[in-house]
Amino acid sequence: MSVSIFTGVLEQGLLWGIMVLAVYLTFRILDFPDLTVDGSFTLGAAVAAHMIIIGNDPWLGTMLALVCGACAGLVTGLLHTQLRITPLLAGILTMIALYSINLRVMGKPMISLLRMDTIYTDIISWGVTKQLSVVILGAVAVILVVLFLYRFLETEMGLALRATGDNEQMIRSLGVNTNTMKVIGLALSNALIAFSGALVAQKQGFADIGMGIGMIIVGLASVIIGEVLIGHMTLLRALVAVVIGSVIYRLVIAMVLQLGLAPTDLKLFTAVLVALALASPVLKAYLKNGRARGKGEKHAGC
Amino acid sequence: MRNMLAVESIGKTFNPGGVNERVAIQEISLQMEPGEVVTIIGGNGAGKSTLLNAIAGVIDIDRGRIILDNQEIHCQPEHVRAGYAGRVFQDPMMGTAASMTIEENLSMALRRGQRRRLCRGVTRNDRQLFQERLELLDLGLENRLPSKVGLLSGGQRQALTLLMATIAAPRLLLLDEHTAALDPKTAAKVLELTRTIVEENKLTTMMVTHNMEQALSFGTRTLMLHEGRVLIDISGSQRENTRVSDLLAMFEQASGKALENDRMLLAT
Repeated sequence: MSVSIFTGVLEQGLLWGIMVLAVYLTFRILDFPDLTVDGSFTLGAAVAAHMIIIGNDPWLGTMLALVCGACAGLVTGLLHTQLRITPLLAGILTMIALYSINLRVMGKPMISLLRMDTIYTDIISWGVTKQLSVVILGAVAVILVVLFLYRFLETEMGLALRATGDNEQMIRSLGVNTNTMKVIGLALSNALIAFSGALVAQKQGFADIGMGIGMIIVGLASVIIGEVLIGHMTLLRALVAVVIGSVIYRLVIAMVLQLGLAPTDLKLFTAVLVALALASPVLKAYLKNGRARGKGEKHAGC
Repeated sequence: MRNMLAVESIGKTFNPGGVNERVAIQEISLQMEPGEVVTIIGGNGAGKSTLLNAIAGVIDIDRGRIILDNQEIHCQPEHVRAGYAGRVFQDPMMGTAASMTIEENLSMALRRGQRRRLCRGVTRNDRQLFQERLELLDLGLENRLPSKVGLLSGGQRQALTLLMATIAAPRLLLLDEHTAALDPKTAAKVLELTRTIVEENKLTTMMVTHNMEQALSFGTRTLMLHEGRVLIDISGSQRENTRVSDLLAMFEQASGKALENDRMLLAT
C-alpha cells in the first residue's frame, strides 16, 4: 500500500474521529442512541461551506458550524425531554428536518470549495503539502477534543452526565435534573459532529447534501472496533480507543477497496460489519453451544 | 416542637377510571419531629413504598399536601426534592452508578441538591473526607476509592449507597426495605450501620421494612399501614411494651382480619 493511501487513512481517521468521539459520547456515555448525526454532520459541512463561499473567514465558518450543530442537538434533546418522544424517533425527526435545512443553507445540493481559502490554507502556507496540513490540523483537533472531553467528563457536571447514562434513577435521587444533562450531552455531541463535518468538507473541497448518510453507522463501527481492540477500562483509554478505532476503520475500508470492493457497496459492507459486531455475543454463544443449544437459549422461557 | 415533615391527607390512585385502577393511598396524614425515626410495616399493597415515593416525588399525589421543614414540597419535581431527602432503595444496584468509581459516586452524593459546576468532580479534600467516612463502614473500601462500584458485592454497594444518602446531611432519610435483598449477615451489618449513621447525624428517618421484630427494635416509632391508611401508630412506652404477637393482634383488631402476608410472618 502506498504512502499516500496511508496518509489518506490517517486524514480520514482523524477528521471523522471527532464525529466518532461524539457518537461515543451519546451512545456509550449518555446511553442515548442519537440518530441526529447524519443530519448534523452535513449541517456542519453546509454552514462552513456557505460561509466560505460568501467570503467569510474559514475559521469563523467552522466555529459557526459548531454552534449550529449544538442547536441541532438541542432540538433533539428538547424533543425527547420536553415532548417525551423516544430517543430514536427524536433523533430521526431532527435528522429529517435537517435535510431541508441543509438544502436551504447551501441553496443547492452541492457547494464546491475549489480554489477557495479553507482552514488548511493557513497551514499549507507554512510550506507543507495539502495532505500533511490535514493530518496536522486533524491531529491537533482530535487531541484538543479528547483532552476537552476527558477534563469535562471529570467535572461535577461531567460526572452527573455520565451517571445519567449509567443509572438515571440514582443520579436523579441525588438532586440532578437528568433532562438537563441529556440536553447538554446531545448539544455537545452534535456540536462536535458538525465540527467534524466542517473539517471534512474543507478537506474534500465540497459540501454535499448526501455526505452525512450512514455517518451513524461509521461512528458505531469505529467505536466498536476501538472498544474491542483497545478496551475501555479508564475514561482516557476509552476516548483514545475511539480515535484509534476510527483510523482502523478507515484502514479496513481502504484495504477492501484495494481488494476490489465497489465504492458503492461500502455502506452495505459497513452495515454488515456493525451487525456482526453487535451480534457477536449471540454468535459466540451460538458457535460454542452448537446449533440446538443456541436455539434453545434464545427461546428460553417459552 | 415544630414538625420536620408533615403529610396532610394525601391520596393516590393509580390508573384512575381504568380497568387497572388501584387505590394505593386512601388517606394518610402523618407528622414527624426532627430526629424522629419511624419504621413502617404493612402487607403487600399497603402503600408503604407509595408513601415514600410520594414524599420523594417519584409519583405525584392526587390530593393533600406534603410539607418538609415548613416548605410545601408536593409540587416540586423529584430532582429538587432529592436535594433535601436521601434515599436508599431495596435493590443494591439502584443506588450507585456501576461504571463509575467509588470516589466519583461519593462526590456526586456530596453535591446533593447543588448546581453541578464545571470544576473538578473529585478534589483532594473530598478524597480525605471519603476515606474517613468509608473507614467507619469497616469494609475495607477506604483503600479502594478509584475502584469501579460494579466490582463491589451487593452488601458493599448497599453500605456505600447508605453513605451516599447521608453524606450531605439531608433533612430526611427514606429507606425502602434497604436490607431486604441482602443475605441475613450482611443485612444485619447494614442495619447496624444505618443505626449508627442515623443516630450520629440525628437524621429524621422513615424506614420501610417487612421484618416486624426490626420494626419494633429500630427507631422511636412504628407505623403499620393497611390498604392505604395508617392502621397502627405507636411510640414511646406503648411501643416498648409491644411484642410482635401484640402487633399481629392489634392488626387483627383494627382491620377485622388476620394478617395474610407470608413474607411478613416468616420474617418474624
